[in-house]
Amino acid sequence: MITVNQVCTFYLDNQMYGVDVQSVQEVIRYQEMTEVPLAPDAVMGLINLRGQIVTAIDLRKRLELPNRPDSELPMNVVVKGHDGAISLLVDQIGDVQQIDMDNFEPPPETLEGASRGMIEGTYKLKDRLILILNTERAMNVTNSTD
Amino acid sequence: MITEDDELLKDFVIESQEHLAKVESQLLELESEDDAIDLAKVNNVFRAIHSIKGVAGFLNLKTLESLAHREEEVLNRLRNREVRPTSEVINTLLRASDCIKGLLDTIATSNEQDVSSHIHALECLLMNPTNLFLDRDGKELAVTKQTVENDNQSGTDAHLLPVSSLPNSTTFAEKGISPETLREYLIESHDNLQQIEESLTLIEHNPHDKNVLNAIFRMVHTIKGSAGFIGFVKIEAITHAVENLLSDISRGESQFDREVSNSLFGAIDLVRKHLEAIENLKCESDINSEDFITKVKSLQRTNVEHKSEKALPPSPAHTAVSPAPVAAIPEDTSVSLHPNDAIPKAANSIVAPLPRSAPAPNDSNSSNAASDSTIRVDVALLDKLMTRVGELVLSRNRIMQCSNALQDGELQSATNHLNLITTELQEGVMKTRMQPIGTVWNKFPRLVRDLASMCGKSVRITMEGKETELDKTIIEAIKDPLTHLVRNNVDHGIEKPEDRVANGKPAEGCLSLRAYHEGGQVNIEISDDGSGLNFDRIKAKALEKGLISPDQATRLNDHETAQLIFLPGFSTAEKVSNVSGRGVGMDVVKTNIEQIGGTVDLQSKTGHGTTVKIKIPLTLAIIPALIVANHGNRFAIPQVNLLELVRLNVSETSPKIEWIQGSPVYRLRGRLLPLAYLHKVLKAKQPSQAPSDCISIVVLRVDDHQFGLVVDQILDTEEIVVKPLATQLKGVNVYSGATIMGDGKVGLILDVLGLSVSSRVLSKDRSRSHFDAASRSQESSGLNQTLLVLGTGGNRRLAIPISQVARLEKVPTSTIEYTNNQEVVQYRGHILPLIRLANVLGIADDTVPIDDLLNVIVYIENGRNYGLVVSRVVDIVKTTDEVSEASQCEGLLGSMILQGYVTDLVDLPSIIGRTGMKPKNIVRSL
Repeated sequence: MITVNQVCTFYLDNQMYGVDVQSVQEVIRYQEMTEVPLAPDAVMGLINLRGQIVTAIDLRKRLELPNRPDSELPMNVVVKGHDGAISLLVDQIGDVQQIDMDNFEPPPETLEGASRGMIEGTYKLKDRLILILNTERAMNVTNSTD
Repeated sequence: MITEDDELLKDFVIESQEHLAKVESQLLELESEDDAIDLAKVNNVFRAIHSIKGVAGFLNLKTLESLAHREEEVLNRLRNREVRPTSEVINTLLRASDCIKGLLDTIATSNEQDVSSHIHALECLLMNPTNLFLDRDGKELAVTKQTVENDNQSGTDAHLLPVSSLPNSTTFAEKGISPETLREYLIESHDNLQQIEESLTLIEHNPHDKNVLNAIFRMVHTIKGSAGFIGFVKIEAITHAVENLLSDISRGESQFDREVSNSLFGAIDLVRKHLEAIENLKCESDINSEDFITKVKSLQRTNVEHKSEKALPPSPAHTAVSPAPVAAIPEDTSVSLHPNDAIPKAANSIVAPLPRSAPAPNDSNSSNAASDSTIRVDVALLDKLMTRVGELVLSRNRIMQCSNALQDGELQSATNHLNLITTELQEGVMKTRMQPIGTVWNKFPRLVRDLASMCGKSVRITMEGKETELDKTIIEAIKDPLTHLVRNNVDHGIEKPEDRVANGKPAEGCLSLRAYHEGGQVNIEISDDGSGLNFDRIKAKALEKGLISPDQATRLNDHETAQLIFLPGFSTAEKVSNVSGRGVGMDVVKTNIEQIGGTVDLQSKTGHGTTVKIKIPLTLAIIPALIVANHGNRFAIPQVNLLELVRLNVSETSPKIEWIQGSPVYRLRGRLLPLAYLHKVLKAKQPSQAPSDCISIVVLRVDDHQFGLVVDQILDTEEIVVKPLATQLKGVNVYSGATIMGDGKVGLILDVLGLSVSSRVLSKDRSRSHFDAASRSQESSGLNQTLLVLGTGGNRRLAIPISQVARLEKVPTSTIEYTNNQEVVQYRGHILPLIRLANVLGIADDTVPIDDLLNVIVYIENGRNYGLVVSRVVDIVKTTDEVSEASQCEGLLGSMILQGYVTDLVDLPSIIGRTGMKPKNIVRSL
């Protein structure tokens, strides 16, 4: 069951997503990446984060969304994983939202494909929905691709 | 003999001095605490003094022993809150400790010294009522000289009773034993057990070695003493029984045979079990040790009985101890606890040679220094330091790149300095993490012994190069694979004694471990003289499992067949024994070793044994690597895999890449080298961006194979810090890690083995490895050097050690400029003064530019470049010869015969000196 009450929000293909604020280490601008040939599709490259090598995973690819236009540079949401930090690439950063469990719902049954396993549920704002993402599953690239 | 006794004594002195150093500070703290006695401190002091006493008694240092005993007595009362830590008490204790220190310094004559005043002072303490706590009735707690005398009879038992009478469930804290004391005790006891185990395996082969026996005795005694003190009754009882048995043996009343050693090993295991229980449950366990003690005691008896009819014939199969009825054994074994009485013979044999080799006070000073010169450091701290140094190396790399780009003289010299210091720091920190491989090997003698007796085999283990050092992380990583290999060798490799004899081999099998450094790597060899591999069976098994095709089976040679056993899912063992054949297989051994950048090779000859050769890097954290570029991405290739670099000019017609049915090959000195294109291996989308006029080939080595990797560009060599890849990338086998490059960007480290697998280029090149072996043996045969042979002034031959040569350049004569009548050229942004070697040496200069080019040898001294102009560069020669004739001529070191010619060895520093180009005269580059 979801126990989050503060989420860090961001946008992917104009949809608002959120991750547990506790799991977020930092949010940084676009960083130059070293591409990794032969790596799983969603791995966009490696970033030097103050001497620490961080793998960047494109959430658009993970959620099987259309590719980001080349003109737009992604932002990094660096989250803490089991073995070190991982950067999740997103289109744009939102803010930190206080969420209220009354407005929370599990993901709709109609949700299909890759996102089904990664989305823990939806939170209903007045004018839009926030899809809550499970970071551990989102960064678990090896199991889902090839 | 004498030296080994000295060793024992020296160890004792160092150890005791360490103990005393602690005693002093703890006593002083006790004094300041008044009547609130900190039991942990008293315990520490007690333990220190007790172990001095124990060993002193064993070494027959009577004076020392009696003084330590009295001091121990006072401490015991202090601990039992019978004596108050008044300043008189503490002072006397301190003075007694000082006196012990004095005795230690003059250990050879310690028995003749008079310490009665100290002993008397200590005894008086117990008489003086002001020092005593009074019980509720106001009556003095009975402490008389009589009790002191009584306690003398059973040193450890006396203080044991009040503690051990507490119920088992009481925690150590209640007993006044701090967790630190307990931890220290556990560590110390485990160390001691480990050493006892090692010594036992030694003594099994040489039962008459008194020194080893003494060492065992000493360690058992220490365990007993500490256990008794803390109140571990069971451990004390076990060790006490063992001690008795040992003293019988030492006196020659019992024989050291297989049975004895089996029960001693049993004792070690039992004590270990107790220690583990103590660690986990925080109180002494209920593990039954009575049976064992009875067994040991019966052993003592039976052995004594056999004494008259000489020793029992050692029989390896005979493991069960004839259980004598318990009742038949008198409860009070004849051996006194007092080590002094217990083993007078052993003690005498040690002390006797002392006066001859009496250590002078100076000696004891130096041994004192030895004890002060080491400290224990937390491994986590070292790891942290290592990470920091890694980051420093990266920063250094960045700064060096910036500095090279900026071309500022001041900055550059500062950078050079930083570079130097960083390198030294890195080496230093790396050294702190080094551990001898012996730390892993030490458990093997026991392992082999147990395994061998379990399988009914007789195996001797020899170890060579125990002191070879490896990084701690690597030591950890190779522990399991090595253990597995040793098990395998004993279980499968070595045959049963009767089979061995039938095959004309000695009944006892031999397992040998060898470790040595070679070319920045550590080699470990594990070999046995057993049956070797059955190649036909391996092939049959591999066929059966579908690992190879029938066609392949016929083509495989023995060496290739041997490698099959490393394949996953491979096991020829018909049945799984409880020793090996399950658990980590050989494929796991291989993967584990490869994970740390090592290689495994197996060679076997049916009927003659098997040798497994493991090559592993010294350290994992920082490695030298070659940086190559492909598609603007940079990759690092570890230098250990690198053989050579080849650059092909496409315009030239002769050497080029040829194709055999779609597979590219290159003729490298007449041999076909299979090639792989990096951009193809990495499945790059865009075509290669390599300069079209040349092809760069990096010749790499995996095991005995070699192949060429075609890359767009070869950049530089760099020290890189290896960082692991995230789990998301673990599945990609062509990378072994990542690193941060000089400019702060991330670079991937190529895994050469993975590359060769995914590109399917592997060719056997045995001759190459044979050549390597030949050159290696040449290297090891003596001091050698590589010389650059030059020709100048007619037929005159000169040589320069290649280590002094920075580069060989061809300089167009048209670029020569002049400053101060000095020929100079611009070279890499610096002014390179040219020195005509022939002129300096006063020989005819026949330097004729070929194609308008001059041969220039770049030499760097104190950070400055010099260019030596020579007529021709003849050859590069490896030699072990030394200069046979010193030279009269300045600028030459002497002459030697190289390749049949008399050759003069050039003294470059003196040549530079002769030209008068002292550094300050050289125009600084702008």
